[in-house]
Amino acid sequence: MEVAFPAALCYDRKTMDDKALSEHLKTLLRAQGLSAFETPVRGLVAAAWKRTAPKQTVSRLGSLHALQPGTGRTPRPKILLAAHMDKIGLMVAQVTDGFCRFTEIGGLDPRILPGQPFTIHGREPVSAVVILPPAALLPPDRKAEAARLQDLWLDTGLPAAEAVRLIRIGDPVSFANQPVDLANGRISSPSLDDRAGVAALTVCLEELASRPHRWDVIAAATVQEEETLGGAATSAFALKPDLAVAVDVTFAAEPGLPEHKTFPIAGGPTIGIGPTVHPAMHRAFVQAADKAGIKYAREVMPSRSGTDADALQTTAEGIPTAVIGIPLRYMHSAVETVALEDVRQTGKLLAEMAAALDDKFLPDMKWE
Amino acid sequence: MTPKKVRKSALRKPAAKAARRARAIPVKKARAAAGPAPRGEGLPLLRRLSEACGVSGDETAVREIIREALKGKIKTSKVDALGNLLVTCRTRGKPRMRVMVAAHMDEVGMVLMQAGSDGLWKFETVGGVNEQALPGKPVWIGKNRTPGVIGVKPVHLTEKDECEHPIKKDALTIDIGAKDKEGATAALKAGDRAAFATAFHAERGVILGKALDDRLGVAALIELALDPPPGIELVAAFTTQEEIGLRGAQVAAYALNPKAAFVLDTTPAADMPMWDGGENTAYNTKLGGGPAIYIFDRGTISDARLVRLLRDAAGKRGVPYQIRQPGSGGTDAGAIHLARAGIPSVSVSIPCRSLHGPVSTARLSDWRAVIALVRGALEDLGRRGLP
Repeated sequence: MEVAFPAALCYDRKTMDDKALSEHLKTLLRAQGLSAFETPVRGLVAAAWKRTAPKQTVSRLGSLHALQPGTGRTPRPKILLAAHMDKIGLMVAQVTDGFCRFTEIGGLDPRILPGQPFTIHGREPVSAVVILPPAALLPPDRKAEAARLQDLWLDTGLPAAEAVRLIRIGDPVSFANQPVDLANGRISSPSLDDRAGVAALTVCLEELASRPHRWDVIAAATVQEEETLGGAATSAFALKPDLAVAVDVTFAAEPGLPEHKTFPIAGGPTIGIGPTVHPAMHRAFVQAADKAGIKYAREVMPSRSGTDADALQTTAEGIPTAVIGIPLRYMHSAVETVALEDVRQTGKLLAEMAAALDDKFLPDMKWE
Repeated sequence: MTPKKVRKSALRKPAAKAARRARAIPVKKARAAAGPAPRGEGLPLLRRLSEACGVSGDETAVREIIREALKGKIKTSKVDALGNLLVTCRTRGKPRMRVMVAAHMDEVGMVLMQAGSDGLWKFETVGGVNEQALPGKPVWIGKNRTPGVIGVKPVHLTEKDECEHPIKKDALTIDIGAKDKEGATAALKAGDRAAFATAFHAERGVILGKALDDRLGVAALIELALDPPPGIELVAAFTTQEEIGLRGAQVAAYALNPKAAFVLDTTPAADMPMWDGGENTAYNTKLGGGPAIYIFDRGTISDARLVRLLRDAAGKRGVPYQIRQPGSGGTDAGAIHLARAGIPSVSVSIPCRSLHGPVSTARLSDWRAVIALVRGALEDLGRRGLP
């Protein structure tokens, strides 16, 4: 597929300092691309990876694959690094009197929606805000005061006919918030889940571009993770990697969450361990982190990982899989928050691990 | 200086600067949809007012924008003990009576209470904030508009029965990115106010922004003060602390001692469809229905002569209007009509949805019609006095 390459994104690697990384991440954050509507963001990712991994393909479902060839003898083993580029949002279900009923794309707590600004991607973009009607207009059997999805409207402020002209059932709806810089290099924005992971892959490709690695490395920006994991499953099938890694966000410590399920923000990436993760893959990441002096936390995943890894692991005859997490606060809201240094460290850890893969890794690999 | 010249200069200098700020929004489109351009800065001024932070008791930023907009175009102005900006407008000919028009500068918001060891700020609300709209919203804090966000618990780690109860305000914190208590208190302190961080939008005749309550009223009052109707001495009161008890209006009415008072405010439009498609009989007002004239709310029974004056003025000029459904709510008129020995008062509001939250919606046409209606009523008052 042909993609446009905006000049601003073809940065010089030497200038990929914090400012450049921050700008790159924000470019991705501003891009549209709800689950199954990823075309706008795919073009930007393709442009950002063009210099370091120019051999790119697009899967039948729309995932982007970018190959950085290794130096080993062909046929070379290959590792797939996957981060999903789709994001959560809403979808129009009904248009009435300038208001829209909606359903969710990805999981959302309806209680965070009242007062939330959105953009409806209709025939033209339409600004709207979610409104919870007063109790007098809601079903009388409603017991609790908490907002429920079926009670909420998207308010466009438009006259009825104008709304009908602009908006159709099935139009995707995205959070309207722009990225915000907080103190200490932290960034707050919708869709950091998982554009932060995509930016970490950019860092990884930049690192690997200047250091030899024997394996082929394929970076993938996958589609539809928030609904079906369909991008990861189909890309893994098409690419047949020997190893696969899902790079996604994980829960950073915040008020109201049990400590044992969270990880410190700015404390480095997490390395998953549990049934989704091949033990040898876990060990390889821990060794790579220790060798490179990268801070990390061990993330226990008792059952499913809740990431692309759940699909990667069971593709075809099965793929040894790992999960790397970027700690993120306030997941699935308009104010998701990450530390930029965690994004960078995640990218570095991926590069360290990939660069350490040698010809003996696969033959020596054991599930124990 | 003639009033005509006032208008021209009002359009020129500040407008050019403000227009640059407003480039992102399709101003032209909105203007075309809503009729002729207003006399002041119009949309760019509305944007500045909406994006300014003025939580009750901390209205300085709003007051400064108003002073700048009125500079050199009024007779006198002063800031009183409560921070009200009281403006005496220029008169043409010999005025028949002094008329007060009030709009409040303050908005509902938050105030920082205490920073925790985790670097997060506990906060309290100021005024009747829609607490269901707090979780997951960005804010601007203090004089330097430090960005912060109100955090939320991830839905993944929320139990199903938890979702049946509203999120409690006390469980929420504001995150500015600080690593610890020292970091949190380095640039901010307890008592700093926080307002919702919302970019102003105007598209297709619809306004979306924060603090439309009551910056729409403030902007309308600026329009009137820049070009006051003949026959009356217009005193414009930009009041403080309306949201926490009409405090500014109370002392402003006492000090100004007018013969009659108009209050320009916003009022909820609960005009969405009923859950079952039945008739919505509790809509209060309707968006696009024109200025909402008050007859009765919890704080005021409007002066019937002023209500008639407004209805007549609207009828004569073909300005649409609606009667706000009588019931709960209140405006500065609640304090003004009881000042001194009593001041005949009435409120006219711009209908808005989602008031007291991060983003309210309104129609430009309603805002313009409020200006036209009140200007007309003031003209009639100057010509004939109270009916």
